[in-house]
Formats: sequence, C-alpha cells, structure tokens
Amino acid sequence: MNGIHDMGGMHGFGRVERRPDEALFPEAWQGRVCALVGYAMGAGLANIDAFRHAIERMPPGRYLSDGYYGRWLYALETLAEERLGGSATVERPDHVGSVVREIGREPRFAVGDAVRTWNRHPQGHTRLPGYARDRRGVVAEVHPACVYPDTNADGRGESPEYLYTVAFESRELWGEEAEVGATVYIDLFEPYLEAPE
Amino acid sequence: MTADHQRGSESPEIRTEAIEALLVEKGLVQSAAVDALVERYEQDIGPLRGARVVAEAWTDPAFRARLLQDGMPAIRELGFGDNTDPHVARLVVKENRDSVHNLVVCTLCSCYPWAVLGLPPAWYKSSAYRARAVREPRRLLAELGLDLSQDVEVRVWDSSAEVRYMVLPQRPEGTDGLGVEDLTALVTRDSMIGVEQL
Repeated sequence: MNGIHDMGGMHGFGRVERRPDEALFPEAWQGRVCALVGYAMGAGLANIDAFRHAIERMPPGRYLSDGYYGRWLYALETLAEERLGGSATVERPDHVGSVVREIGREPRFAVGDAVRTWNRHPQGHTRLPGYARDRRGVVAEVHPACVYPDTNADGRGESPEYLYTVAFESRELWGEEAEVGATVYIDLFEPYLEAPE
Repeated sequence: MTADHQRGSESPEIRTEAIEALLVEKGLVQSAAVDALVERYEQDIGPLRGARVVAEAWTDPAFRARLLQDGMPAIRELGFGDNTDPHVARLVVKENRDSVHNLVVCTLCSCYPWAVLGLPPAWYKSSAYRARAVREPRRLLAELGLDLSQDVEVRVWDSSAEVRYMVLPQRPEGTDGLGVEDLTALVTRDSMIGVEQL
C-alpha cells in the first residue's frame, strides 16, 4: 500500500539525532510491548507480514506520533481485535520460523541480469519500496525462495517466491539531483521484477 | 471508530496493561515469561556479539571468508545466532574497503540484524534516517561526522525482506599487535551499521 511507512526518499524530517546514552526502553511499557509482541507472534497470533501490515494500516498521523513501540502496541491491539474477538484463543495459528522455502522451479533471473521493477500500487502489503517502483536495476544476488509477504500478510497463503538483491544506481532512483557514486541495493521478490524490453 | 477513539484517549501504559491482560486470558502469553524476556532484553549484550564477529574476521582470514560467504553459519560458530528474530532468511555481511563504504537501512519498517547487534537504536528507527539514507547517504553521513571522499563508492542496503545486513568495518591502523578481546572493545555498534568508521 502507498502508506506513510514507505519513507524512502521523503523530505522534511530534518536531521538524524544520535544520542549515545539513550536507554533501550525509555519507558517501561515499551519493553513490555516488545516482549508481548514476541510472545504473541510466537504463539501464532500473526506472522511477521501480517504484523507489519497491521502497522501500515494505522492512521498516518498516528503512525508518525506513536513512535516505534507505540506502533507495535497499536498493531497488537488491531490483531487481537481481529483475530481473538470471540474465540478462546488463536484458532488457526500462523506459522512461526524461517521464511525460507524449497520450491519446485528455478529462479527466473541470474546475477548480472538487467531487470525492471513493476509499476503496481497494491492496496495491501508489499515490500517493493515506492521509490524503486518502475526502475531499472541489475541483479546482484539470488537468494533462496522465501514466503511472499504480499499474500502472506492477509491470509492468502505463503506462495513462496525467489528473492533477489537488486542494485540501483542512485541516478536511476533520484534523477539529476542524485548523489554521485552511490548505489542502493534492495531485496525484491521475483513477481516485482520484469525483464526490460 | 470506537476502538480508535479509545486508543486516542488512553495512555500507552494503560493500553499495554489491557492488551497484556487479554493475551494472558487467551493463553497466548504468561506475565512471568514477559517479565523474564524484558529483563533479558535489558541485559542484552546487543552489539557486543557483532563486535566479536568483527574482531574474529579481522584476525582469522578463513573465518572472514566464511562470514562474507554466508553470515548465519559463521556467527553460529561463535555461539551466536539464537532465534530472537526467528523468521530471518539470511545474514549478509558487507565489507568496507578503501574504495567502498556500506550503509544499512530499512526504509519500510526498521529491520535490523538483532542476532548480532541486539535491538536497534532510536536514530536507526527515526523517520529522518529511513527517509534520507537511500536518497542522500553522503550528506547524511557527513552530518553524522563521516566525510567520505568522492572516489569512495557508497552502497546502501535497504533491508526490504528477511535478509539482514551487517557492515564489517575496516580494521583501524596501529592495531596489529592486539588480540580478539582488545579488538572487540574497539568495534562500535554504529560502525557495523555503517554510519561510523573506526
């Protein structure tokens, strides 16, 4: 979805402030939420993709104002409401564990292949950042097939796909104002990629 | 929406208590286990694991080669790589050289190599870092005190799937005589994310 979470390239957020002495959890509830999410997901409340999608479905203003663990709390509430409503516990637990899967076909692309990302704007969860949509790159690495987040996030199943690291020249992404001598590498699933014409 | 209205008016402390009570009632978590996990996070040695990995790679060329080939099996040799981040597919380690500087970000959420660096720092999760690292990495790094020469290529790794990235920083000069323990103490978290050089 074209949401507030898709931040790559945005303007207006100012400087990055590093504080060397920051606490891991400045407020006690943040540590509690961190642990609760770990356990609830381990118990099958939601898979990682459904969890991320629950964060992305937050009202954009809340996404910005609630902070990192605030978003986790919001997503946990959303998923509990949607999945634990009237039932005693999780009826169909989501799979927990590595997303790597064996699939019965070969990768479509190889290292060095030129590719172009698709120009699609799915309403649901996806892992192609907006700034890299409809852009030309080169396959830098072929990874094992992994659970496909786009379908796994909303109960349509794992439908595993090969995963690639694709290299994009900064100029291809940001045009004439791009910094020189910079390359952005993005991990992209096979359906996002097309062979350029 | 009623639920959203409630979420707007209650403090996160109250909401956390409420969701914990619900998850306990439904049998998904036990409060004692949550206490223990929070304590574990707080005592977490976090980036120390990564620092040790770096020090081993600096002193053992065969380990360095295995680490760059496939990170997860290599860190397991050192007893790291437990299941704090169970869905991860691979750990990929990128080596800085005189001509190449690597920088790690996650623009879509805040994916981070928990297995070697622990929980991410606040700045890594900030909107500013996520927005800028991919568009203007040189300017961002300069603001953070790292001025890269124009002939150094910057490679930014946007962790958009379940591959996690860690940077293997260059070994500082004048450290030839040091052993793994002393070298480990020199390695900072931020150098393994790529916003600092040692």
